[in-house]
Formats: sequence, C-alpha cells, structure tokens
Amino acid sequence: MEKRVLFRSSWLPYLLVAPQVAVTVIFFFWPASQAIYYAFQLQDAFGLESRFVGLANFQDLFHDDRYFESFKTTAIFSGLVACSGIGISLVLATMADRVVRGALAYKTLLIWPYAVAPAIAGVLWAFIFAPSIGIVTYALQKLGIDWNWIINGDQAMLLVVIASVWKQISYNFLFFLAGLQSIPKSLIEAAAIDGAGPFRRFWTIVFPLLSPTTFFLLVVNIVYAFFDTFGVIDATTQGGPAQATQILVYKVYYDGVKAADLGGSSAQSVILMAIVIALTAVQFRFVERKVQY
Amino acid sequence: MVENRPFLTFVAHAVLIAGVVVVAFPLWVTFVASTLTYEQIANVPMPLWPGDQFLANYGQVLTAGSTKGSAAPVSTMLFNSLVMAVVVAVGKICISIVSAFAVVYFRFPLRRFIFWMIFVTLMLPIEVRIIPTFKVASDLGILDSYLGLTLPLIASATATFLFRQFFMTIPDELAEAARIDGAGPMRFFVDVVLPLSRTNVAALFVILFIFGWNQYLWPLLITGQESMYTVVIGIKRMIVGGDAATEWQLVMATAMLALMPPAAVVILMQKWFVKGLVETEK
Repeated sequence: MEKRVLFRSSWLPYLLVAPQVAVTVIFFFWPASQAIYYAFQLQDAFGLESRFVGLANFQDLFHDDRYFESFKTTAIFSGLVACSGIGISLVLATMADRVVRGALAYKTLLIWPYAVAPAIAGVLWAFIFAPSIGIVTYALQKLGIDWNWIINGDQAMLLVVIASVWKQISYNFLFFLAGLQSIPKSLIEAAAIDGAGPFRRFWTIVFPLLSPTTFFLLVVNIVYAFFDTFGVIDATTQGGPAQATQILVYKVYYDGVKAADLGGSSAQSVILMAIVIALTAVQFRFVERKVQY
Repeated sequence: MVENRPFLTFVAHAVLIAGVVVVAFPLWVTFVASTLTYEQIANVPMPLWPGDQFLANYGQVLTAGSTKGSAAPVSTMLFNSLVMAVVVAVGKICISIVSAFAVVYFRFPLRRFIFWMIFVTLMLPIEVRIIPTFKVASDLGILDSYLGLTLPLIASATATFLFRQFFMTIPDELAEAARIDGAGPMRFFVDVVLPLSRTNVAALFVILFIFGWNQYLWPLLITGQESMYTVVIGIKRMIVGGDAATEWQLVMATAMLALMPPAAVVILMQKWFVKGLVETEK
C-alpha cells in the first residue's frame, strides 16, 4: 500500500528519520554486531586480550550439559506459562462474554495485573509462598504438603510459572474477549435454533473461530516466557535451586554479568537472537494469513 | 446471549468471581502485610486483616528506605521511575511519529532500507545484547544518569508501525487540499496529521508508560548508585535473602507503591489502554 499524494524534499525525510535511526544504530545494531563478534572471541582471564577462536564458544556450549538443561528448562517453563495462561484466560473470557450484569466490573478487576512489573509479581508470589512465613505455605502444611521452593526445584518452577501466568492472564483475557465479541451473534443463534447446546456451540463454532487469536497468543506468550519473565526469575529464584529455573535469558545474564564469561555469554546471545528471529517470522507469516479451519 | 439458562449464568458468575478473587489475593496479602509490624508477619500465619502500621511503614519507606537492605528512600525511586516512564513514553512517541510520517509521505532513496532497519529492532530485545549495550552506555558515559536510563529504550518498531498503519488511512484528499492551499509538509504534519493522531497517541502513551515504569533488566545493569534506582530495582535490593532477615512489611509497602501508579493508569484510562494494547500488536 502506497500513498498517492506525496511531499517533495531532498533533506526533510532524512531529518525526520534521523533520531530513530541514530538510536537504532547506536543501541541496537552496534551492540548486536558486537555480541556476534564476541561470540567468536576468547578473552583471557583478565579481559586484557582476546583472540579469534572460530566456533569454539559454540562447541563448548553444545558440549555443556548445563546449557541443554537450560534449554529443557526454558521449553518446560514456556510451555507451562503459555498453555496454562491461555487456558485460564479463555475460560474467564468465555464466562465474561456470557454475563450481562457486572461485565465491566469483572473486566476491570481482571486486567490490572498487566500493570504490575514482572519483578514485583515475583516478589508478591514469593512472599505468599515464602518457606517459613508464607500464608499459602502455612495452608499447604496444614494439608500435609511440605513446601519449600528454596530447596525444591519443581516447586521453584511452579512458583515462577504461577507468578508469570498471573501477570499475563489479563493480556490474554482482553484479546480473547475482543475475539469473542467479534463473532457474529447470528452464527450462535442459528446453532441454538438447530438444537446445539452451549458446549457444542463452543467447540464447533466459537473455538474454531477463535483460532487466529489463540495462535497469536501462543506466539506472544512464548516470547513473553522467553524474555519478559527475566524479572520474575531474578526477583525470586535467581535461576536456582541448582539451575532448576535457569531459563536461557537468565543464563545469558548470569554467565555474562555475574560469571564474566564474555565469549560464552555472547555465543548464547547469538543463539537467542536466532530464536527471536524465528519466532517473529512465525508470528508475521502465520498471523497475517490467519489460521482458519 | 441466545437463550436463558439460569444455571449457566450462575456458573459464569461463580467462575468470574473465583478468578477475580485468585487474581486479587496476592494484592490483598501485600496490602495487609504493608500495614503490620514485622513480628505480626513472622508470627505464622499472619493476620489477613490490615493492622495499624500503615502510616509508620509507608512513612519509613518513603523517607528513609529499609534498614537492612537498600537504604535509599522510596520517594526518590518513585521519582526516578516516573521520569523514566514519562521520558520513554514521550520519546518513543515523538521519534516514531516523525519517522512514520517520513516513511509514509515521502519517497527517498533509503526509504525501504530504513523501514526494514526499524523493523529488525523487533528481533533484538535488550535481553539478547546485554553486555555490548552496557559497554556502549559506559563508553558514552551515561551510566547512572537519566539519559542512560531512557535513551537506549527509546527506539520503537511497534509505535512506528502503528503510526504508519494509521497514516495510511488518512484520506489523500487532505494532503492534496493542504498542498493546493500552499502548506508545506511540516505545516500539514502539525495542522492535520497531529490532531488526527490524538487518540492513537493517548492509547500508545498508556501502554508505553507501563512499559517504561516496569523496565527491569536495563536499570538493573546501568544503575549503580542508590539515588538512581527505579522502584522496581529498589524493591529487589531490599530483599536481603532469607525470610528472617528481610523486613517484609517495608518490602510490601514498597511493592504497593511500585504497582499503584501503573495500575491506576490502566484502570482510569481503561478505554485507551485496551485500544493501545490491541492495536500495537497488530
């Protein structure tokens, strides 16, 4: 799509794009190219000298069990976050689409967690699940469940999943609600006249018509779980216990900033970039075309 | 609703109320904890009804910070967060709206290239270029400054796309009429495009304000002095490890202070928020 009516100037358009281009080059392209450069370098222990080592950093990574462990953790984590977040929001949105009375109040009360920073969400949930003073920990102990995410890896994973899903529900909810409201009421009415009950109507009409929204949310939630949950993890488990919640992004940060392994961290950055590019490509290719039955 | 099924309506309300309660539960516990003394919290289970320490706890964090963790007053952190959120939101809107205008209303040799350049930034989140971006900021001498907190976050592909999409829907007749009346491109931009973009700007501002306020990794990297902490970073620094050592009543008061401003923006500007959220993702 192009404009028919244009303005003419030899210098003005460049002036207008200059600020955006300057920030993009200085803070995006230059650092990204540096990350790629460092990925092929090895620094000595004092950071004084570095030399070209080809693919050695990548080979080290692929021989490192902990890196594969981190991949697996990321896959489990993002799978859990995306599926439970989408499932819960779909149920809530379907219900909110059904009620007439109080619809706006429910909506308002369900969307505010979007405004909470991931790190703060982590702190809130870590507090109510705190091993010694947490209120939910206390309730669980009454039920005979020994809860301590500081030492139990599975429980730590569950904690970061809960905090991450809690924050993301409002986003999914709004998109599902918009999707539900755009389904023509005549379709539902026709099915009702033909004798289809509410559940039948949901599975044969509503759910298929929502599939573009669901697919879009799946990609967005995976990207969210990959990158935006850094704050949740850093504020709660910090990747522990014993790397049980060390997702890829956290490992890049930990190896690069805390362990000062520039080459290894950069090589991981390059792999992450490839993953983001793939996810963005999937999003644009399929979301544009719309998934339809 | 196509038919009247009282039982299903009842189930719908029950599920929604359960959802609202579960979603609000952590907030309630946080609020209650922020009004108790440390002894009341440590005496498991803590009460679920607010205590009388509201003024004492909030007063202490706003003016003095915590005693065991970070000792920076939270009022300074809230100010830093506010500066960061407003500058990032306004900055992103300003540089995106002019670059979208250039891309839509002009033809120039590097147009496609620049458009793709902006597009590609979508694929380079801060998380994948942590250390080199830190080095750039350090070389430029903008660590521990407002400029360093905000400038690197100001480029925005999504805002540029949103404005581009919107400009495409502005009728050509308006630009034609402006040209016939002898208006140059900047006059057209200021008198026609900007007023038409008002609702988009408002919607985008809400989303970007929350984005800026909630930034975590970048401020964590470049702020070393406590006086430059944003409140999201500050709260992390108050948790000193272990349930016994952390002054939870102060951490929870800070958490309330950190989440209220963006939550208020979402609730009070709900219409713009929903519009901004749904449109920036298209």
